[in-house]
Amino acid sequence: MLVNRKLILAHFWLAFAVFGLALTLGAWQMFIRSPIGTWLSNPELYYRSLTAHGTVMGYVFPTLVAMSFGYAISESALEQRLVGVRWAWAGFWLIVAGSIMAVIPIALGRASVLYTFYPPLIGNVFYYLGVVLVVVGSWIWVALMSVNLRVWRKAHPGAPVPLAMFANVAGSYLWAWTAVGAALELLLQIIPVAAGLKATIDAGLARVFFSWTLHAIVYFWLMPTYIAYYTIVPRAIGGRVYSDSMARISFILFLVVAMPIGMHHTFADPQVGAGFKFIHSAFTALVALPTLLTVFTICASVEIAARLRGGCGMFGWIRALPWDNPMMLALAFSFVMLGFGGAGGLINMSYQLDASIHNTQWITGHFHLIFGGAIVIMYFAIAYDLWPHLTGRELIDVRLIRTQLWLWFVGMIVTTFPWHWVGILGMPRRMAYFDFGDPAIAPQALSVTLSAIGGFILLASGIMFIVILARGMRAPQVDAGPYRFALAVHQPATVPVALNTHALWVALMIALTLTNYGYPILTLALSEGTSVPAVYVGAQ
Amino acid sequence: MSAEQTHGNGSASAEVAARVERRWATIAVIIIVMMALLAAFAGIHRATMPQARVETTDPSRLHLSGEFVESNLGSVLEANGNVTVRAIGQQYSFTPACIVVPVDTPITLRATSADVVHGILIQGTNVNTMLVPGYISEQLMRFTRAGDYLMPCQEFCSFGHEGMWGKVKVIDRTEFANRAKGGGRLSCVGQ
Repeated sequence: MLVNRKLILAHFWLAFAVFGLALTLGAWQMFIRSPIGTWLSNPELYYRSLTAHGTVMGYVFPTLVAMSFGYAISESALEQRLVGVRWAWAGFWLIVAGSIMAVIPIALGRASVLYTFYPPLIGNVFYYLGVVLVVVGSWIWVALMSVNLRVWRKAHPGAPVPLAMFANVAGSYLWAWTAVGAALELLLQIIPVAAGLKATIDAGLARVFFSWTLHAIVYFWLMPTYIAYYTIVPRAIGGRVYSDSMARISFILFLVVAMPIGMHHTFADPQVGAGFKFIHSAFTALVALPTLLTVFTICASVEIAARLRGGCGMFGWIRALPWDNPMMLALAFSFVMLGFGGAGGLINMSYQLDASIHNTQWITGHFHLIFGGAIVIMYFAIAYDLWPHLTGRELIDVRLIRTQLWLWFVGMIVTTFPWHWVGILGMPRRMAYFDFGDPAIAPQALSVTLSAIGGFILLASGIMFIVILARGMRAPQVDAGPYRFALAVHQPATVPVALNTHALWVALMIALTLTNYGYPILTLALSEGTSVPAVYVGAQ
Repeated sequence: MSAEQTHGNGSASAEVAARVERRWATIAVIIIVMMALLAAFAGIHRATMPQARVETTDPSRLHLSGEFVESNLGSVLEANGNVTVRAIGQQYSFTPACIVVPVDTPITLRATSADVVHGILIQGTNVNTMLVPGYISEQLMRFTRAGDYLMPCQEFCSFGHEGMWGKVKVIDRTEFANRAKGGGRLSCVGQ
């Protein structure tokens, strides 16, 4: 029951339009700093581009995908008209306004501070206000998801909340709370300085606030992908979800432990003591648990589909899978990238190994493989799956869809594998230029060139994606029927309260954040003389 | 054939499913506990830990007095044979731009930033630390191979970031000891 299709399509289209722009900037950056590009005489242009790429890909694009997918889930899983449509449009326009407000100072070179802000570097105040508006817009969505679930619960007392909506609401709560870290940094620290009310800022405290957001935001990006794994893939390939309760436990674990682990981003920082670094490292290991559970449950769900199609044998069933189905292809690619990216993540979170690769190109390779690869390829799959239900038209070009997914996968591997490698060689991040004439840097030239080629493959795939969706708006009309989610092998008639509500887990999430962040933040906030003069960007 | 038929034997198959699931969850938990234990063991037994203490300093007064005044920057041979290196990062260079240290010697690197956030990374090693203005970074290191190492700034520090590269020169112990005889702070700037 998708009623507010225009609302959902508007979010998707805005998401994919800004994604296309940011992807183009990314490909240009790969090219211009590689040996095949000519030296850009003004490095500042590179950092403008980098700030725009990060701001869009980090804050705007995935947020809009989560919102549109969330509205679609709310209407179709709950079979209930969206409550608060006007508010939803207000959220959408806030994001549009915020994005424009943020992008203008970036384009003018007044906010080249990267999406991670990096105080005491301070850019134009409108950049930060724009980001705040984007976040406020998304918080409206969080509230609406909560309200819609509450309305449904009133009408269906005691009934199990559909898995897709349970996970969707968990994701929205995770986002609401994880955004608080960056919001505190912006509102208490950065914006007063950017507005000229203060001239000094505690850079160490700002980094701790940002780490609060920086890691769990990745799990917010991941939520639509995991929801697709559990509730779309099995249905699309003709299988069943292996276990409904394991799925709920996985989402609950993400909600609880994705948050209090962000300080693994500050392992190399001087303002956090070794003890809290160790605690956060151990908690980061814990967040591998829901992913390990998910890999098991999804592989088992896929196996069910294969066996229903006549597959047999220990591994023989893999051949029986519907490999020509784009959803199957996307899932397989996503899992391969999640495997490599996850293994890299275990290295990053390690208390000891992190020192070898901290702030090298390895990290850039890592999060592009996880986010750009494993997560975004499922965003594509979600869009392909939902499109006929939103437009009432068929996506006819299945072969083109498969080619697009293949190109994205190949492009992501070609981009990120050499990226990881030069990281191990010690190549630092965020550089507009490398002197490949230096004998110590020359051996990295080949890898960087390969990465740039991968960037162009990704760009080609991204353009194909947008073309496929645009053509889908004009394809022959079709009745796609109601949008359905996968059923479990043992579809639960009742679900324990703990697996059907969020309150306990939200409380635990907040409590763990306070124990893991409270003391470091308080000591930094109360210590005297750690505020340093702001350095204004683009002031000269 | 539908899923119901395959798993027609409702409760029995549900039990099997739950058992397999529990087994996998147990394995996953064991993997995670092992990883945390390994990290704790390596941290305690081999003392491979991030910086333990938080030390602060005022970046706007670095050049006036205290540990990071210009005359105190560079390498110094301590009485116990260890070496201490003091350095600062500022937009867009390190001081000293070339750090000289002896091979096979315990070295303590103490560094901070005079303006924005920087980072020190010595290529080919796992020496890697942030320089956050207001705080002092400390790293213990030991080089087993003499030679030249590149030392880029690894954190975005504004438009000149890509040009912020320092160098580390690791030399023979006796040569270092000879150069240290005259006292003062050693560096390899201009060599």
